Amino acid sequence: MDVLNAIVALSNFVLIPAIAYGSQLALGALGVTLIYGILRFSNFAHGDTMAFGAMVTILVTWWMQSLGISLGPLPTALLALPFGILGCIALLVLTDKAVYKFYRAQKAKPVILVIVSMGIMFIMNGLVRFVIGPDDQRFADGERFIISARTFREMTGLSEGLAFRTSQGITIVTAVVVVIALFWFLNRTRTGKSMRAYSDNEDLALLSGINPERVVLYTWMLVAGLATIAGVLYGLDKSFKPFTYFQLLLPIFAAAIVGGLGSPVGAIAGGFVIAFSEVTITYAWKKVATYLLPEALEPDGLVQLLSTDYKFAVSFVILLIVLLFRPTGLFKGKAV
Amino acid sequence: MNETLKNTGLFAVVAALIAITGFSQSWNSALLILNMGLISAIMALGVNLQWGFAGLFNVGVMGFVALGGLAAVLISMEPVGDAWAAGGVGVLLGLVLGAATITAAVLVTTRMAPGRVRTATVLAVLIGGFILYRSVFDPSVEAIEDINPANTGYLGGLGLPVLLAWPVGGLLAAGAAWVIGKTALGLRSDYLAIATLGIAEIIIAVLKNEDWLSRGVKNVIGLPRPVPFEVDLQNDPGFVENVTDLGLDPVTASSIFVKLNYSILFAVVLVILLVMAQLALKSPWGRMMRAIRDNEVAAEAMGKDVTARHLQIFILGSAICGIAGAMMTTLDGQLTPGTYQPLRFTFLVWVMVIVGGSGNNFGAVLGGFLIWFLWVQVEPMGLFLMETMTAGMADGNWLKEHLMDSAAHMRLLTMGLILLLVLRFSPRGLIPEK
Repeated sequence: MDVLNAIVALSNFVLIPAIAYGSQLALGALGVTLIYGILRFSNFAHGDTMAFGAMVTILVTWWMQSLGISLGPLPTALLALPFGILGCIALLVLTDKAVYKFYRAQKAKPVILVIVSMGIMFIMNGLVRFVIGPDDQRFADGERFIISARTFREMTGLSEGLAFRTSQGITIVTAVVVVIALFWFLNRTRTGKSMRAYSDNEDLALLSGINPERVVLYTWMLVAGLATIAGVLYGLDKSFKPFTYFQLLLPIFAAAIVGGLGSPVGAIAGGFVIAFSEVTITYAWKKVATYLLPEALEPDGLVQLLSTDYKFAVSFVILLIVLLFRPTGLFKGKAV
Repeated sequence: MNETLKNTGLFAVVAALIAITGFSQSWNSALLILNMGLISAIMALGVNLQWGFAGLFNVGVMGFVALGGLAAVLISMEPVGDAWAAGGVGVLLGLVLGAATITAAVLVTTRMAPGRVRTATVLAVLIGGFILYRSVFDPSVEAIEDINPANTGYLGGLGLPVLLAWPVGGLLAAGAAWVIGKTALGLRSDYLAIATLGIAEIIIAVLKNEDWLSRGVKNVIGLPRPVPFEVDLQNDPGFVENVTDLGLDPVTASSIFVKLNYSILFAVVLVILLVMAQLALKSPWGRMMRAIRDNEVAAEAMGKDVTARHLQIFILGSAICGIAGAMMTTLDGQLTPGTYQPLRFTFLVWVMVIVGGSGNNFGAVLGGFLIWFLWVQVEPMGLFLMETMTAGMADGNWLKEHLMDSAAHMRLLTMGLILLLVLRFSPRGLIPEK
């Protein structure tokens, strides 16, 4: 019984939150890695792109809620998501035409593009705060739980409850669907193949008649979709606050680099590595330990390795270890 | 138009902008802008050293600035005797144990042959050391934080003059930069960027959470000042007499006098650093740095130790940011870890360097003043713009209220726009590198 309780407590506080968070990071990191693979720079504006996409979705959600449209038990935000993606695509394609295109034509050094993306970051950050304000926004509706802790206790008779929130379920399902669709697109369709070819060897791709502007356009569209989905899922799961999205930049980059920049599989693996280490290292293990260890050995303290405020430190240390021992990441990424 | 004339003109424009603030708003706000402008100019000098001279992409400026602020607390606050008695030794011992663990792990990694035995030993050292460290460190921290938490709850500082904190802030930042540089400088440019971004977040997290060191989010207030207090001046008959003779109100005059004192102190530091940076730029060392920046492979072929030079300039630039951070905390008179934000303390400094002209010290200084002026003044300007735009709308209209409330966020938009425009149409900045 105690072992079962321990497993339930572990799933409740570590496994499920980490899988949900990992899926959100993976979607974010996929966007970063796509930009790195095809446009060949680290996009500092990615966190704010996520915030922008999520913001459009939230505005449409509010509008739908005011009209009385809803998805029943599911959050209305899912219905508003396509509009958010369209809004984000519009913004990204516009920035590409207005800003990045000029530097691409010049064949500017990657680091210049990074600085340019810093400027875009300022603008997007300002734009989001301008429209929706810097405060927390709630937009989740529908059922809160798929299984609540109480129902679970009554169902199984265990003393430990397991809460599985709708937002976590949606996050996991959506992430799986999106990743499958993305890989199908990259591996099976003509456009996807041309994108991979362009990423692998630009000159060869150009020689074989691939239109670079088209590849770039599709990349931005994919990135907008991924960023908006990641942003909305994160907002549903936690809450929407522009500054938090800016701070997500660090774990997202850590995930992309740990996996190997430019490698989509790596981005997913990296997302989960970062999420699981953050959650396990900042989780207070007292509860699980109490169930598993004999009474004499029960810990007095919380058995928490680091306080939750140091979660940045965790992603950072993992990033550093990977960079020192395997500079191209777990799955061999590319180096520009 | 000759170049010196143009550059002097640019500086004159910025001076005029500040003077206009003085005439149209108040001399107090003009001096506030000037003081923070001086500090910003020093930060920009530090970043310019790293980016302009050596091409190092450091986006962890905020961390070094915060370390400088910590130095101001550690140097100038009075030590808390009870806290030291309760856990001072324990905390120090804990830190030594922690450092010893890391050193031991590094030694094992370098000395032993690779293999499973080594991995197991390193893990054993790390885990054992961590448990030992926590068992010594945690009780002491708790003891310290329990002592009068409303007023102290931390170890305090050394009770030395606050001016001493400025060089110490530089040293503290230099120490951190050495550790970061040793691990991250061999990496590619954007990896270094992410690494510094992370370090800055960690430094802020430490300041926010280690209450025994910096009181965390409870803030340290009432730092000693290197200049007299306004109240003392107002009670000083000599001062009051002097300013009334000049036809000034003693209250305003005292606050202006204090701010002017700060301006003079900051200006002295800025001039010293600017002269040093200028000498460095023109020296053989500066030429070598630029040679490395422009072509690392060629410089290496000429026998230059690229990694060592990068480390050197990374430490120097970070130290300058640390000095600026200590100065800023002295000016504020308080350390508030919750207010450090990367957009304000890292990326804004970058805008200053790029707009001013990377690679040119005078450019960085100009950028520091100009961008700081805009950062402060865009808000009232945005408000004015919104008022004009919404003049036709009825009061209480939701759009009008929303626009008026959001005017404060105009500054981020403007900074981004300025950065992009400069990068596009004048990529070398207002005062380009020679």
